[in-house]
Amino acid sequence: MQLAREELEQAYKQMKTIREFEEHLHREIMTGSIPGFTHLYAGQEAVAVGVCENLTEADFITSTHRGHGHCIAKGCDVIGMMKELYGKADGLCKGKGGSMHVADMDVGMLGANGIVGGGPPLATGAALAAKLDGKGSVAVSFGGDGSCNQGPVFESMNIAAILNLPSIFVYENNRYSEHTHCDYVIASESIASRVEGFGIHTVKANGFDFFEVHEVMKELITKAREGNGPCAVEFETTRFYGHFEGDPQNYRAKDELKDDRENNDCITIFKDKVTEAGLLSDDDINKLDEEVNSLIEESVDQAKKSPLPNPEDVTTDVYVSY
Amino acid sequence: MTEKTYREALTDALFLEMRRDENVFVMGEDVVGGTGSPHAEPGFVGGVFGVTGGLHEEFGLDRCIDMPISEAGIAGTAAGAALAGKRPVAEIMFCDFMGLCLDQLMNQAAKFRYMFGGKATCPMVLRTTYGAGMNAASQHSQSLHPLVTAIPGLKVAMPSTPADAKGLLSTAIRDDDPVIFFEHKTLYTISGDVPDGEYLVPFGKARMVSEGDDCTLVATGRMISFCENAAQALADDGITCDIIDPRTTSPLDEDAILDSVEKTGRLVVVDETPPRCSFASDIAALAAGEVFSSLKAPIKQITGPHSPVPFAKELESEFVPSPTKIRDAVAEVVNFK
Repeated sequence: MQLAREELEQAYKQMKTIREFEEHLHREIMTGSIPGFTHLYAGQEAVAVGVCENLTEADFITSTHRGHGHCIAKGCDVIGMMKELYGKADGLCKGKGGSMHVADMDVGMLGANGIVGGGPPLATGAALAAKLDGKGSVAVSFGGDGSCNQGPVFESMNIAAILNLPSIFVYENNRYSEHTHCDYVIASESIASRVEGFGIHTVKANGFDFFEVHEVMKELITKAREGNGPCAVEFETTRFYGHFEGDPQNYRAKDELKDDRENNDCITIFKDKVTEAGLLSDDDINKLDEEVNSLIEESVDQAKKSPLPNPEDVTTDVYVSY
Repeated sequence: MTEKTYREALTDALFLEMRRDENVFVMGEDVVGGTGSPHAEPGFVGGVFGVTGGLHEEFGLDRCIDMPISEAGIAGTAAGAALAGKRPVAEIMFCDFMGLCLDQLMNQAAKFRYMFGGKATCPMVLRTTYGAGMNAASQHSQSLHPLVTAIPGLKVAMPSTPADAKGLLSTAIRDDDPVIFFEHKTLYTISGDVPDGEYLVPFGKARMVSEGDDCTLVATGRMISFCENAAQALADDGITCDIIDPRTTSPLDEDAILDSVEKTGRLVVVDETPPRCSFASDIAALAAGEVFSSLKAPIKQITGPHSPVPFAKELESEFVPSPTKIRDAVAEVVNFK
């Protein structure tokens, strides 16, 4: 562990913010006050944060339908996101996008994506732009085990390889493609072994451990910045909730979720490591928890008070000019 | 003015725009040709229809990118590069192949700006070829402009002359919205006067091809010359027509069409697509809804049949609207009692 105290605090705060954001949504969705389809990221926080803590605003990411974690980790405004999920006029996307389309060009967040496998081709394009600009930026595409079976994702990996792009393909294997087990839908031994077939340097890593994610990504992202072409990682991880909110999850083992919460909670693992090593104290953690809780409370408070969109705006922002 | 072919006019636009803005680059299958071959220097293809020929000599292989046969990858890479600030001009060899990349156009490029609350721009151009007339059969002959015209967020241009080819492509490249640019494969060799130097034709402004009193003809691409041919024959019988080329089907110059129909009282729409949910039915519905009281006869739609485009000459000729069919349709509405 070579991270400075501020870096540890930042990493914890980001992971905790994602967790509390998601826990709030889980509770609130049952009340019916959040419209639409929502896919929660809780459980996978170490991946989003471990990756994005190695990026700057000049770097790009593309995300998925399970995108809240990536958005927060890349620096999207949490209050603006909460407003967006409540469908409010001053949400990050003016109430036009919702959960599956949160984006913020200002921080290099090129969008959550309602199409599984929709992101990697776009990240490949952003990586091409980065290569043409020659300033050392990189593009990371997040995808799940489901996305690795989409044809356009294969095309993207091949293009990134032949054009030697600063493209990093992050696969978060949370075991289930919607409701179907990854062992059934992925023909190869692993996602990683398949990606290697594209001539892309690929690593398998433990996505429950922030420190492992951060270290693996630091090395890969540095190499990509230096012009060594694309790379990929398959992270083992888990989601604490269903494919979508309302999913009864009867395809999971009886004690799987309980076991994951007890033994594979990336936030608990992080906390245990830093407190045992004496890097952060319980008090430090409690203080950060309070900051996070008040941010989430503030975001919910503001989201509830925010104005609803004006129906006349249904046709604004379709084009730049028309 | 210099006489140029439609193909040369397009190439001219690409040279000028790539010189003007270093963010503009071309990408696609064989847009250079020969990249990586141990047996040849890059550049012997220049696009299968020759439009991107010679660009790599001036702009290098970084800005003239040969891509694998991966249409979704091409369209998605273009969309992502555009989101990240570039102005890619991607080529999809035949519009029929848009079937392989429709997600990237329909769900991604078209919707970024809207979904992201007006914060994103996606200034990409996707050049593609369309149309029957080369016995290329069902998967290389379609006219799929109605498909993308129906998608909010996309703009659709389809030049019918060399001058418009240059002017509309230059405008497309400078436009901040994604543009699908349809080039009719039988038009590449036609010649016409093309303005020298910078030349822009605005989107959403129709071209009045000819003016007359008795009937309005609305058509696109290759069908414009078929309409002109029909109109010449009709003039011998004392029937004159407005011929309107909308140039872009999205945005559409509705005023030019409606003003003309109000004047002539008759409308024939010509397009080489099947008839259902088509450009022709769209224009017919527009006129019927907006200027019904001006109409002196039923609106006629001259299109292909509800079938794929066939291979054999005799069958393909039957599929494509002919000048004779157009002439007969105009005569019928003019003589309607």
